Parts: sequence; structure tokens; C-alpha cells
Amino acid sequence: MSLRSYVIARLLLTIPMIMLLLTFVFLVVRVLPGDPASLHFEKQVNPQMLLEFKRQLGLDKPIEIQYVEYLVGLLRGDFGKSMQDFSPVSQQIFSAFPATLELAIFSTIIMVLVGVVLGVQASRSYNSVQDHSVRIFGIGSYAIPVFFLGEVMIMIFAIYLHLFPAGDRIYPGMVPTGLTLGGLHWSTGLYTIDSILEGNPSKFAMSLRYLFLPSLTLGTVLCGIFIRLTRGNMLETLQLDFVTAARARGLKERTVVYGYALRNAFLPILTMMGLQFAALLAGAVLTETTFSWPGLGRYLVDRISFRDYTAIQGVVVFFGILVAIVSLAVDIIYAYLDPRIRF
Amino acid sequence: MSNERRQGRILVQLFPSLIGLARRGLAGWAVLIGGVIVATVAIMTVVSPWISPYNPIAINVGPILSPPSSEFPLGTNHLGQDMLSRVYSGGSIMFQVALLSVIVCLVVGVPIGLFASYTGGYTDKVASLVMDSIYAFPGLVLAIAIAAMLGPGVVNMALSIAVVYVPSYFRIIRSQVLTIKELPYVEAAHMMGARARKTLFSYILPNVIPSIVAVATINFADAILTAAGLTFVGLGLPVSTPDWGWDLTYGRRLLPSGAWWAITFPGLMVVLLALGFTLMGEGLSELFNPRLQR
Repeated sequence: MSLRSYVIARLLLTIPMIMLLLTFVFLVVRVLPGDPASLHFEKQVNPQMLLEFKRQLGLDKPIEIQYVEYLVGLLRGDFGKSMQDFSPVSQQIFSAFPATLELAIFSTIIMVLVGVVLGVQASRSYNSVQDHSVRIFGIGSYAIPVFFLGEVMIMIFAIYLHLFPAGDRIYPGMVPTGLTLGGLHWSTGLYTIDSILEGNPSKFAMSLRYLFLPSLTLGTVLCGIFIRLTRGNMLETLQLDFVTAARARGLKERTVVYGYALRNAFLPILTMMGLQFAALLAGAVLTETTFSWPGLGRYLVDRISFRDYTAIQGVVVFFGILVAIVSLAVDIIYAYLDPRIRF
Repeated sequence: MSNERRQGRILVQLFPSLIGLARRGLAGWAVLIGGVIVATVAIMTVVSPWISPYNPIAINVGPILSPPSSEFPLGTNHLGQDMLSRVYSGGSIMFQVALLSVIVCLVVGVPIGLFASYTGGYTDKVASLVMDSIYAFPGLVLAIAIAAMLGPGVVNMALSIAVVYVPSYFRIIRSQVLTIKELPYVEAAHMMGARARKTLFSYILPNVIPSIVAVATINFADAILTAAGLTFVGLGLPVSTPDWGWDLTYGRRLLPSGAWWAITFPGLMVVLLALGFTLMGEGLSELFNPRLQR
């Protein structure tokens, strides 16, 4: 199968998956509770107002019409209206998304870095105390609720040591403006990148400091699987002839391990990054809530307390589509890098 | 045979098998240590009404936010509740939710997995597609959506967690059944005229059970963490129940005042319980499936 036909086949497979997911979320939010609008008011509203409320949101129509409108709306990038103030949910989603993306990127870096380095170290000292402690750390990290770790981090680094700030993305009033060319403004919403575009190193340093604790928390909780993956892979690879050959040529051990052997683990690590993306987003919801990080996860949790079911539906759908797209992208990159996968 | 003698025999058989477990290397030890942790926490939770020095939900039994002292060994929270009593009894919700969700997963996931993969063809394809779609979704987000719609309660929490984890059971069962159903002994059963249901439940299922046990144990850990997560985002149970998740959620607001004890002890209990189940699950899957290390 050529790469092109693989990509097309993979794309076609993604469509029913997204459709199923959208239908599932629709069923959960619109059909399961009977009537999300009455649930929003906890049945303490006069029928006339309730009807008007439902009309505003399009919840008064027959369920099958609602379903079609929901799908057509999503095609146009419309994630529905908020029950709170009838504002479009998509606006909120797109303004909160960069914060989540930035947190996800930095958490991924920490997760992979910590996982790979510990995994390599464990495999180099197989069955030693170091190896066992790394493995226990791997299993232990899996058992920690991410918000508990976050709270402990805040307690130690923010409250007692005052080393890193916790809460929000940057000091109020310091939001980087991004690139300004003449009268044109362009910003990504990622504060680290915006501050570079603005040419303001102190804002860059500050946004990194604010990113540190949340990313470290999320990265630590998710790094276990990378420890295991790297360790297992390296244990096999270090036995192979080409490693012995590299050592025989007198290369430094560091070069042999990181420059030669670790390359073999690159593809599995890439695949695992794709698989872990969903876990990363789920973890981000709790991390953002812990650190008052103004991203999608915190928006979702906020909406829960307002019983804003249409907004909840919008965010959940957005998460689902995001995961589907990322797993599609990872599969395509994988197929491009490793022709064997296309069969 | 009298009931007591039967119990005695079971104990005698159980003991060597525990020793045998320890002889099977690290994986055996993991199961043993994990089991001891889980059993200890479970016993602590069950006997908590008798060992708690105070009523865990009574407020103002002591001063507000008192640090650990001889009278309140783990301190008190912002409502003047005794943290030690809350730590003793706070696991009961976790156990209930986790147990219930594992049962739902077993009841729903196992039959679907068995039937779909044994029948094959169109049924298998559709079931796999549905299960893979749910599996790919960020679990907690889906659980949040379902729990938000169902409203608070132990059963609703368990259901929303179960939906997320059914695909894990489906996938492991499917992968096993696909191999097992091609084995000669299954073919022999067919030749002898065994019906599909008989083959499936009497001949194939027993070979899948070890994997199911391993998945269910890891599922326990996941369910506990997810239940704590649901509580944390405000979808937990009312204040009237002692719950580690609740303590962790509200303890967060006490951090600026330096009350580290309000979150540390309930948090460590959640970690301990999840760790116990994870160790057991990891050990079991390695014992049952030495080649299939996840």
C-alpha cells in the first residue's frame, strides 16, 4: 500500500469514529437526562420561561432535528450556545485552547524527557537498586491523583519556598502582545511564543516560571509508561550486535546509549505519545483546576458548577475531535517513518 | 465434611499458595504486597466506626485547623472535623464506587467481548469500532460528561466510570479469544457437537479469566483515581459522607493558610490504595501473561 492510499484509508476510518463519538456525546447530554434545560434550572422555573429558554437554545425542537442541527453546526465550527448567556461556546473554546495547548506541549516535553532518561538509566543498571527504584517510581507515579501531586507542589514550591508561582498563566497585566508590524497584530495565544515575538525576554522567563509547576505535575504523573517503554526497549537493544560493535569501536558509552541504542526506541515512543494524548488532556482538566490555569479544562469544570450542559457538550465534543485528529496525525507520521506499518 | 473442617482446609491450601506467590519473583511479591496494602485499607475502612476517636462528619469536635497534636494526631480541618477519623472512614465511598464500576464492567464488557470476537465478521467489526471510539476518548472527560448529566450518587458515579473502562475489558478479551478460538481443543469441541454457547462459556471463558482478573484489578486503581477526580471537579457526593476525595478538594483552599495536614493524609490514602491495586494488577498480568508485558 502506498503512503497516499494508507492516509486515505486511515482518514476514512476516522470519520465513522468521530461520528460515533459525536452521537454518543449527543445521547449522553440531550437524551440521557430527558431534558437538559429543566435539569439546568433544577425544575424551579415557570413553564413559559422554560419554553423560551429552550427556544433560544434550539432545545424545543424534536430530538432528530436537534441531532441534525448539532452535526451541521459542528461542521461549521459551531459548538452550540451556552446556557448561561447564550454566547457561542466556540468563542470560549478557542480563547481557552492556547492555554491548554501550551500546558500540553510543556507537559509532553517533561513527560518524555523524564520517562526516557529514567528508562535508559534503569536499563543500563538492570536488576540493581537503581533499576528497581525507577520501576517503583514508575508504578507509583501512576497511582498519584494528579491534583494531589499538584497540591503538594503548590505547597512546597509556591507556599513554603516561594520558588515558583502557582495560579494563572502570567502576572496580571503582563500578557505578551505577540508580533506587532505597523498596525498589524498577530499573536498565537501561547505566551512563551508571543513573548518571543514581542521580543520581551522578561515576559518569556515569567511565562516559563508560571508553566513550570503545572507542567511538572502533569508530566510526572504521565511519565511512568515512558519509563517502562524505554526500559524494555533498551534492555533488548543493548544486547544487539550493533551496540557491541559501537562499543568495540571505542565510542563513549554515552554516545553508544543515547546516539545509537536509543534511536531504536524512537518509533514506539512516538506512538505512545499519540496514545497518551487523551490521558494528557484528561490530566490537563484536573491540573488546570488545581493551578487555576485558564484553559479548556478549567472552563469545563466552571461550566459544571453552572449546570451549563450545552457548554459541557461543546467542550467534550472539542476534546473528542482533537484526540481523533492527533491520533490520525501520529498514525500518518508513523507510516511515513516506518514503511512496514502500511502493509 | 463439616463447615469448619472445610474452612480449615481452604486456609491450609491458601497459605502455601501465598508462600508460592513470593517464590515467583518480583511479580509475585508485587501481588503479595499490593494485596496486603489493599486488605489493610479495606479492614481499616470496615472497622472505622469502632476505631475512630470522633464522629468523622461531626463538625467542631476540635478547634478549627489545628495542626497534628496528641489529641488530634492528624490535625483538624476548616470545619473542626477530626482528620484521623476522616482518614479511617473516608475510603468507604471509594471502595463502593470502584467495586460497583468493576462489577458493571464485568457484566457488560465480558459478554460483549466474548460474543463479538467469537462470532467475528460484522458483529465484531461494529463492536470493535464502538469500543475503540470510547477507548480513544479522554476517559475522565467522558466520565465527567456522564456524571454531570446523571447527577451525584454512588451508583451514578460508578456507572459513569464503568462506561469509560468497558472497552479495556473488551479489548483484552477480544485479543485472547481470537487466539484461543483457533486452538485444536476448541475445534475438537465443535467436532463433538458442542453448541456455541457451551464452547464459549465452558471452554473458552476459563482460559480468559486470568486476563480478566488482571484487568479488573488495574481497573480498581483507575476507578479510585477517577472517582477522586470526579469529586475534585465538583461531581462528588454531598458533604454528609466522609470521603478522601472531598477532603482533597476542599483542603486545596486551606493551603494558603499552611494547613498541609488537611490534604496530605487523605491524599496519601488515595495513593496507597491505588498503589496497592496497581501493584496487584501489574503483578498478576505478569504472572498470567509473562510475554505480554504492557
